[in-house]
Amino acid sequence: MYVAVKGGKRAIDNAHRLLAEERRGNKDVPELTLDQIREQMTGAVDRVMTEGSVYDRNLAALAIKQARGDLVEAVFLLRAFRTTLPRFAASQPIDTGKMTVRRRISATYKDLPGGQLLGPTFDYTHRLLDFSLAEETGDHLPPADTAPADVGRAMPRVLDQLDREGLIESEVPTDNIEPGDLTRDPLSFPVDRSVRLQNLARGDEGFLLALAYSTQRGYGRNHPFAGEIRMGEVAVEIVPEELGFPIEIGEITVTECEMVNQFSGSAEAPPQFTRGYGLVFGQQDRKAMSMALVDRALRARELHEEIEAPAQDEEFVMYHSDAVEAQGFVQHLKLPHYVDFQSELELIRRLRSSFQGQAPAPAAAE
Amino acid sequence: MDTISQSPDNFHAASGSYNFAYLDEQTKRMIRRALLKAITIPGYQVPFGGREMPLSYGWGTGGIQVTASVIGPEDILKVIDQGADDTTNAVSIRSFFAKTTGVETTTETAEATLIQTRHRIPETPLREDQVIVYQVPIPEPLRWLEPRETETRKMHGLAEYGGMHVRLYEDITRYGKIATSYDYPVIVNGRYLMRPSPIPKFDNPKMDQNPALQLFGAGREKRIYAVPPYTSVKSLDFEDHPFEIQTWDQDCAICGSTDSFLDEVITDDAGGRMFVCSDTDYCGQRMAAHDASDETETNQ
Repeated sequence: MYVAVKGGKRAIDNAHRLLAEERRGNKDVPELTLDQIREQMTGAVDRVMTEGSVYDRNLAALAIKQARGDLVEAVFLLRAFRTTLPRFAASQPIDTGKMTVRRRISATYKDLPGGQLLGPTFDYTHRLLDFSLAEETGDHLPPADTAPADVGRAMPRVLDQLDREGLIESEVPTDNIEPGDLTRDPLSFPVDRSVRLQNLARGDEGFLLALAYSTQRGYGRNHPFAGEIRMGEVAVEIVPEELGFPIEIGEITVTECEMVNQFSGSAEAPPQFTRGYGLVFGQQDRKAMSMALVDRALRARELHEEIEAPAQDEEFVMYHSDAVEAQGFVQHLKLPHYVDFQSELELIRRLRSSFQGQAPAPAAAE
Repeated sequence: MDTISQSPDNFHAASGSYNFAYLDEQTKRMIRRALLKAITIPGYQVPFGGREMPLSYGWGTGGIQVTASVIGPEDILKVIDQGADDTTNAVSIRSFFAKTTGVETTTETAEATLIQTRHRIPETPLREDQVIVYQVPIPEPLRWLEPRETETRKMHGLAEYGGMHVRLYEDITRYGKIATSYDYPVIVNGRYLMRPSPIPKFDNPKMDQNPALQLFGAGREKRIYAVPPYTSVKSLDFEDHPFEIQTWDQDCAICGSTDSFLDEVITDDAGGRMFVCSDTDYCGQRMAAHDASDETETNQ
């Protein structure tokens, strides 16, 4: 006897309660605090803030806790919160040239004004599991030796040096050009570079990493050099209408990557290096570099290059980069599709019976 | 069925600081403008600034945004998925609106002023004073022929729909009939090729000249389109291969309906199965009417 599927509401409520239980885990273990996540899971916090497009370490920590450490889910939570926020103002462009730099490396020059500054990086760690960490001795670590603090030290951006010589294309001045916002307006191709960069900054790190990697393996190669990667704090300024001049509203940590790429030139213009740009919240070299490589690949149309690889294809990249969109559509296959499937069943039985020259659709077993 | 008859005035206290129907008024206005444009150009996909919703993309965010933009305190809302009011996602969306608007909800098609649906059109005919909102996963009917949006927009501009006919023709050469059973393409008002959303082709004829306003929302793809009341909606076909809908050799095992869309339910692991109405309200109404007439008979 068929029993209609009722009680969906109770099932959902109970599923949520189970989820909360699983999130808490074994109650003999102390509950995770937001402070702990914010201070000790900075890689996760930075990623969630970047892809969630909200710079708020506490909210990101909350999202990570609520999502049980599932970062794509945490990004989704933060996005859904962000969409309800009123917009008070658009900031002035941040000036990364004035960054309080904590890390700065260039792969194109051995030494340069301001010097190379490794900062806190995994780069030269040997990836050996450090079993001493299992014993929670972090509180007794001696402070790290760093170069003497020299906040006044000038640290000009590497690509500006090349620009001064005309060796690299100048950034097109965007004064008076309102940057686009894909969270307000639907995508319409071809898109402005500002919208593309917004899409990449919000894009799933894994997707961008793979695409960036593909350009290095020949699918849209663009001969990159890591001109500069810098990480540190920059001021955020807005110009309130009633004041008419910029005021600082806070400070954010960002990682910026500027790639120097293959040059182009023609009968009319001398050869020049080209640029790829990446900027993310917090410290995320991998994401910033991937973004810069893909940004450069996506400039193929503008630079009159042959568009032949996925990373160069604006529609392909931008429509598929967003983890929140992608996770939703992939997982919607979990929703009931009884009706469509029934339609397909009816059709395939009919097609099979006409193929076998029989009467259509076998009768159901009684 | 969870009926919440809370007045909109006290809804703020009930659900925190979110606006009526979740979206802010500016966003609703933007969506209503897109809806107006969609209604004036039947079947044309209007791009809109779709917002990120607290429900997952692909789970009805487009339909939810459309519903949120047109719902008022006096509306009576019905939400169905696969024709049923009690499927999990329908329950989830209905409780979302119950929470954020406090409007009355119903499972009765005839009682609803606003119906949000996924994959079905109710069997009970709709009226002029009703609005039906479809959840749309992929709005572009030409998508499987041409993946690029830049190209498909051009094709719509030029009404270049030959490719779709060719695809249907290829089905006929391969299978002897058109092998599309749901999301079956239609021409609206003699002009735009439109995806009816993944409803079974069984439901396509209901769209034609329907007295109700039909709105379509695709959240992830950020498109809205519409079929105004009493508009022609024609399923693509050929003179020698006319459009046809699904039929069953069985009647509904519960209410005995012979003219509704049936879901197949597996009853054991030995090939046993039964067929029941996918529209649970329709099935329930028929049973209720049947019981009532039984009672009348016994009383006489």
